[in-house]
Amino acid sequence: MAKETIQIKVKDRKGEEHHLEAPTDMNLNLMEVLKSYDFPIEGTCGGMALCASCHCYIRSDHQLKEASEDEEDMLDQAFFVEDNSRLTCQIKVSEELDNIELEIAPSSE
Amino acid sequence: MIKTDLIIIGAGPCGLFTVFEAGLLKLKCHLVDVLPQAGGQLTEIYPKKPIYDIPGYPSILAGDLVKNLMEQIKPFEPSFTLGEKADSIEKTGDKEFTLTTDKGTQIQAPVIVIAGGLGVFTPRKPPLEGLEKFEDHGVDYMVKDPEKYRDKKIIIAGGGDSALDWTIELAEIAKHITLIHRRSTFRGALDSVDKVMELAQQGKIDLITEAQAIGVEGDSTLTHVKINQNTLGEKSIDVDYFIPLFGLTPKLGPIADWGLNIDRSAIEVDTLDYSTNVEGIYAIGDINTYEGKLKLILCGFHEATLMVQSAFKYIYPDQKLSFKYTTVTGVEGFTNG
Repeated sequence: MAKETIQIKVKDRKGEEHHLEAPTDMNLNLMEVLKSYDFPIEGTCGGMALCASCHCYIRSDHQLKEASEDEEDMLDQAFFVEDNSRLTCQIKVSEELDNIELEIAPSSE
Repeated sequence: MIKTDLIIIGAGPCGLFTVFEAGLLKLKCHLVDVLPQAGGQLTEIYPKKPIYDIPGYPSILAGDLVKNLMEQIKPFEPSFTLGEKADSIEKTGDKEFTLTTDKGTQIQAPVIVIAGGLGVFTPRKPPLEGLEKFEDHGVDYMVKDPEKYRDKKIIIAGGGDSALDWTIELAEIAKHITLIHRRSTFRGALDSVDKVMELAQQGKIDLITEAQAIGVEGDSTLTHVKINQNTLGEKSIDVDYFIPLFGLTPKLGPIADWGLNIDRSAIEVDTLDYSTNVEGIYAIGDINTYEGKLKLILCGFHEATLMVQSAFKYIYPDQKLSFKYTTVTGVEGFTNG
């Protein structure tokens, strides 16, 4: 049976770690999960990879679907971009993401 | 001094539709927006994206919705102040506010409608320590006067159209230009990319790709920008100006200081008429908050419609407001006489 809830570890901008749970059957993306837990993620564009305000680093070795050209283009407007940088709005919550570890990237002020 | 009935801050979809609903009550509107064109997020962020939840349109491109709204409000002859930020408001009389923009334009009206969406679109600033210290002392987030950079050493950072376009234009003016970009490919228009590559090959500019700015240095003015290139590592570059061009992002801005009740960057309103805690000021669309709020264009249209009824009663407490359907009289019936 498919896993209905996954565990997510998040390091916030102060370096504190948080453990979250997210349902796999609600068609959520990671940006929406972070917002629902009141992390300071803006998600200005609502999840269209058009604003770069949900930039995170993937700290675990989960194999994710590669970033699209649109996502890469938007990452150009983010800061401190690393090889493991992703826009969390482009990552769907699924069973494969169980125990994924994220770190929220510095925000632009 | 511009005088009107409603000053609408924000020319996004809600601000635009307010002109229509206000027009039906013969209220004149003047819109103020920091962006150089109407449409707000729809034009600035996603003009080519389809929207599926506008009643009556199975799908409409954001840019087309703005075009249609502009056509819809045309009969009511709204006036605009574009490219200027609503900076301050002052109560200058009984039922009279005076709004001043950052460029000094003044507009007077009995009612202010804040339809500011997610806030004022401002340049995205790299989170580099000490960067703010150098603002106007070597760090610029936009190019206002290219002549300022004549015979100066400049670093431009970014990979979009504005970074490419300014690199091309300033290459003729500046003493030396370095363009840094985090990838080896650019998302800008193809011919701009080609031109930048050509300038780099001719040695007219330094193009450093797979690199990012990681620090700024100097005493009272900027003298060096530290960059990190993926294979070459860290390097400090001697500069007069650093121009980071990373697009625009909305911030609440000066509205936060207008004495309005704010909850998490949104203005609290009474859902009876979307009035704020300050009499004569209303807030509609994405910028307001109330129990059950949904940030949807269609909800903003509804808010605008109810709001103007209340604004009319506030401006003309003695006049009886009779409700008419546009289908009965046509829009002309509302604009004439």
